[in-house]
Amino acid sequence: MTFIGWQQILLYFILVILLVKPVGIYLARVFSGEKNLLSPVIRPVEAFFYRLADVSVENEMDWKEYGKSVLVFNIAGIIFLYVILRIQHLLPVSLGVPEPLSPDLAFNTAVSFVTNTNWQSYSGESTLGIFSQTIGLTVQNFLSAATGMAVLLAFIRGFTRRQTSLLGNFWVDLTRSVLYVLLPLSIVLSLCLVGLGSVQTLQPSILFTTLENHATQSIPAGPVASQIAIKHLGTNGGGYYNANAAHPFENPSPMSNLLLMLAETVIPFSLTYIFGRLIGDTRQGWAILIVMLILLLPFTGLAYASESAGNPILQHLAAPTSSTPAAPAGNMEGKEVRFGVATSSLFTTLTTSTSSGAVISLHDSYTPLGGMAALVLMELGEVAPGGIGSGLYGMLVFVLVAVFIAGLMVGRTPEYLGKKIEPFEMKMAALLILIMPLLVLSLTALAVSTQAGLSGITNPGPHGFSQVLYAFSSMGNNNGSAFAGISANSPFYNLAGAFIMFASRFWLILPTLALAGSLAEKKKVPVGAGTLPTTSPLFIIWLVLIVLVVGALNFLPALAIGPIIEHIMMAGM
Amino acid sequence: MKPTATLHISKKHMPGLIQQAVFDAFIKLNPLRMIHNPVMFIVEIGSLITTLLWLQALSARGEAPAWFIGTIAAWLWFTVLFANFSEALAEGRGKAQAEALRKTRQDTQAKRLSSLPKGQTKPQDFSLTVSTKLRRGDMYLVETGDILPSDGEIVLGIASVDESAVTGESAPVIREAGGDRSAVTGGTRLLSDWLVVKVTSDPGEGFLDKMINLVEGAKRSKTPNEIALNILLASFTIIFLVVCATLLPFSIYSVNQAGQGSPISITILIALLVCLIPTTIGGLISSIGIAGMDRLIQRNVIALSGRAVEAAGDIDVLLLDKTGTITLGNRQAVEFLPVHGVKEVELAEAAQLASLADETPEGRSVVILAKERFNMRGRTFSSSGEYPEGMKFMLFSAQTRMSGVDLDHTRIRKGAPDTMFDLLETNGGSVPADLKTIVEEIAHAGGTPLVVTKNERPLGVIHLKDIVKGGLKERFAQLRKMGIKTVMITGDNPLTAAAIAAEAGVDDFLAQATPENKLKLIREYQADGRLVAMTGDGTNDAPALAQADVAVAMNTGTQPAREAANMIDLESNPTKLIEIVEIGKQLLMTRGSLTTFSISNDIAKYFAIIPAAFANTYPQLGILNFIGLSSPYNAILSAVIFNAIIIVLLIPLALKGIPYRAVGAAKLLRDNLLIYGLGGIIAPFIGIKLIDLFLVLLGIH
Repeated sequence: MTFIGWQQILLYFILVILLVKPVGIYLARVFSGEKNLLSPVIRPVEAFFYRLADVSVENEMDWKEYGKSVLVFNIAGIIFLYVILRIQHLLPVSLGVPEPLSPDLAFNTAVSFVTNTNWQSYSGESTLGIFSQTIGLTVQNFLSAATGMAVLLAFIRGFTRRQTSLLGNFWVDLTRSVLYVLLPLSIVLSLCLVGLGSVQTLQPSILFTTLENHATQSIPAGPVASQIAIKHLGTNGGGYYNANAAHPFENPSPMSNLLLMLAETVIPFSLTYIFGRLIGDTRQGWAILIVMLILLLPFTGLAYASESAGNPILQHLAAPTSSTPAAPAGNMEGKEVRFGVATSSLFTTLTTSTSSGAVISLHDSYTPLGGMAALVLMELGEVAPGGIGSGLYGMLVFVLVAVFIAGLMVGRTPEYLGKKIEPFEMKMAALLILIMPLLVLSLTALAVSTQAGLSGITNPGPHGFSQVLYAFSSMGNNNGSAFAGISANSPFYNLAGAFIMFASRFWLILPTLALAGSLAEKKKVPVGAGTLPTTSPLFIIWLVLIVLVVGALNFLPALAIGPIIEHIMMAGM
Repeated sequence: MKPTATLHISKKHMPGLIQQAVFDAFIKLNPLRMIHNPVMFIVEIGSLITTLLWLQALSARGEAPAWFIGTIAAWLWFTVLFANFSEALAEGRGKAQAEALRKTRQDTQAKRLSSLPKGQTKPQDFSLTVSTKLRRGDMYLVETGDILPSDGEIVLGIASVDESAVTGESAPVIREAGGDRSAVTGGTRLLSDWLVVKVTSDPGEGFLDKMINLVEGAKRSKTPNEIALNILLASFTIIFLVVCATLLPFSIYSVNQAGQGSPISITILIALLVCLIPTTIGGLISSIGIAGMDRLIQRNVIALSGRAVEAAGDIDVLLLDKTGTITLGNRQAVEFLPVHGVKEVELAEAAQLASLADETPEGRSVVILAKERFNMRGRTFSSSGEYPEGMKFMLFSAQTRMSGVDLDHTRIRKGAPDTMFDLLETNGGSVPADLKTIVEEIAHAGGTPLVVTKNERPLGVIHLKDIVKGGLKERFAQLRKMGIKTVMITGDNPLTAAAIAAEAGVDDFLAQATPENKLKLIREYQADGRLVAMTGDGTNDAPALAQADVAVAMNTGTQPAREAANMIDLESNPTKLIEIVEIGKQLLMTRGSLTTFSISNDIAKYFAIIPAAFANTYPQLGILNFIGLSSPYNAILSAVIFNAIIIVLLIPLALKGIPYRAVGAAKLLRDNLLIYGLGGIIAPFIGIKLIDLFLVLLGIH
């Protein structure tokens, strides 16, 4: 580890924390329907869409209707994308693309992008045409992120409202998320990326003559910058290229890299501020932000420390990989030289702690503990800060569990923000914390006990196990980051993956909305001296522990025979 | 009033109770019963499977040494039995109390009347029938020495009743038709006179039956919070079930990859599962609930629903009657304030004379004050029961609204200011300005002024004052720290009420209370989302009691009041509410703290079992065994034994409850997190290590 490495990491954290409040204020204004910076321009467009779709802002939905709208809209999105991917060779702009996608791959990809996972069992530049990339994938990048934000808004309304069944209008929340938030930010970020050297063209490839031997080389190109902008802003993570953000056309420089890191985390972090603002107590939002940072920072540190330390086995081979001030290398296998160990470790932990899954380095090549940091951040349920919307509503479910137990300990039936937590809330919360580990562990077990699953593993020993665990942890949390060693483009992984991605997205959204519906119908209990304080340092620590214990403890046995034993064996302990 | 031992189970009963509980622990192994507690049901299934594996190991080749599987199986059975034992012990206390109550509820003869008797005379024609045949609405006669065959409302008559069977209070009480003392309870005994009673409950639904059911826990249904906690525990159980089930394929894969060792055995998987699922809280959860009800019974409070006990922990507002709760029942004279030109001693003498025949506590206090201040005769000459000749006492009546004495040619009168001012004015006098001032000052200070006149000439004022009970101010301050607001309910005028409220240290008051505005006040608080508790005894309290979230009726109260309430205080002690709140909080805290403890324990258990489970596949994982457990088998065994023993060790805590201190939520959370959270992480490391050392000492490796 080097001082300059830590400086890079700290710089990012300082910048993102500084951005939370301004972005949060803007978002809060947007979602409470107040006048904001962009409303003169966008309000007419917004109104036009509502007229077109016959949507009335006042026409609010209860949780069932809201949930039905989410489901119908997203399933329609899956079908739409599936069809595009299956007939992409017939579509404009991308004529001449080699092949349509196989049914299982097309299905996996469609579910993957609609669920905000962006798991990719293919390499974008060689498999997909420009039409698929833009009209197919990029559209879903916007809509999946907007869906997450809409569900979060409905969930927050569960706390702000009293004795009503109405949670807002999904179409309005969705439209506002896209028009006021994702679209303008994407335009700005795309321009910045183009300015920094990213490509943006409708030409499928760039032909040029190499200096060496005067040969002609063709490099795939396309509307890259625009897709990369929303890929990060929407915590999507599905790259234009197979190499994802390690590709210079996606992420040309350290500067663009910093922008991308900020882009993929600023909305998830800022949502905590919106939460505080909408419920009328910003301290509640800050408390959750602190919890997220406390969960994230040690894993960033672990990854950086482990990657800097490098691989002791290689040192015996007289190839020093541990970092020294003179040669701050560390474990450079699978990392871009222009980013280095510190930034790569930071990027990796950010991408796995949000639901982004974009990569600038090969996670499969990380040291066991470095890879484990990424793995655990996903297995916590992606709540620190998590995907757009999904991260915060996931965290709030942990808050309910934490409040439930802590509330009992102060001698009251538990309540959070004045809402009593009763059997129905607990039932939904229990479902929400149960589904993910259940799916991830069962499918991992299925994969390591069937030929179809075993054949995808490319490394022997514990590392091979980590590959499978990582794949399902990633898909089961709608992350989409790949350990990359595994060969996942097989019917087994495509279909199992599609199932777990769909289930972990919508099986969680429905109970979340049901929970919101039940909370909205409750009275609000006033705060008194006997009320459990949910912003105190003590509660913050308690919440961190609950996330760790409820989230990570389930995976400890699996981690023990994956990365942990691999590390012990590598270190020769 | 002092409670007697009717409901109290003394220490000498304990050995019997424990014996019974041990027996019941086995009865409770019935899977149909166990299934209601998913956590312990899983343990029972685990015990069964390991027992079968043990038998297999004995007869053929087992997956592990027979002694190991057998010991694990035995300790898993112990885990279930310990949990059952705790529940049986909690129930046992209730059962013993129920037995005591049941003795009083024999089938009795009832003297049924066919119609309501005319007039006020004792009816003569009744038919004898068995008490179980009485239905709601029937009428019966009871006479001296009879046991009342059912609960009812007195229609006719007045009598003294021995209610010790229900209340534990041996002094007889007077019951009469009409008013606030018209309810009678089946199983009590008539000591004198006769009563005509209208039956208010069908057989098996009477108060005594309800009480028996309640203390026995027969009809105990889970409370909302208990259900919510059970859901959380069940979800943890399911997660850990999947964690352990998937560990088998993971382990097979690892064995294939490592090329050594053997897959994890079923016994170890079950041991790991039982250690991980929250057995500590799962095993004790129902005894915590039963014990909570039991603690109420120990304080002579019968909770008619478990929900109310839980709600008691959440109370935000406490409505307290002034009289009897905040102040001593009666006002006392504290001062003589003469008008200009009259000596205090003259006023005191007149006041004492006027009060000699006044047997009310107020009247007596005037006599005593005069004696203390001026050493006047006091009551000496009335002890003979005779007064000096010519003394003619005039007792207080609703018509005159004053009392006094005529002595020779002197007429002394005392009464409320309005009445006395009228008296002065109708006799052609006027009300002196300083008299008015004195009266107003007393009223401002929350006292009651009594004006004294002699021959229609004002002498001065007696200052009667409400005496606030000692120690209440501290109690209310405590409640404030707990986040509970206290509201005093009184029929007094607002001025008086404000003064007493300030003196007693309550947060707010409702003056000139009527049933309507009491109900309105409760509804207002509830509309704000607050939970309200109140006590009451009269029929006019019934609507407010029915509206309150926690309503405690005095056992001496009327039938409507008792029906509207969800708790009944057999001692009829209005400050009992404060204790009830504490018991409710204790109940919730015990649940929360043991849950925290149970979950925190898992960390240590992982460290003990994971390296042991993979010992022959990945011996390198032994590095996680940093507490140095002697062998893989011993590590697993120690964890399982710890897991079982901790239930037994925590039974006293579950039954007694975690002590509640009024220190505010933040501090409570800190303390409980330190003890049960941090303690829960550390304790099992130490416990498991000690058990391992003990096993080694026994020669088990």
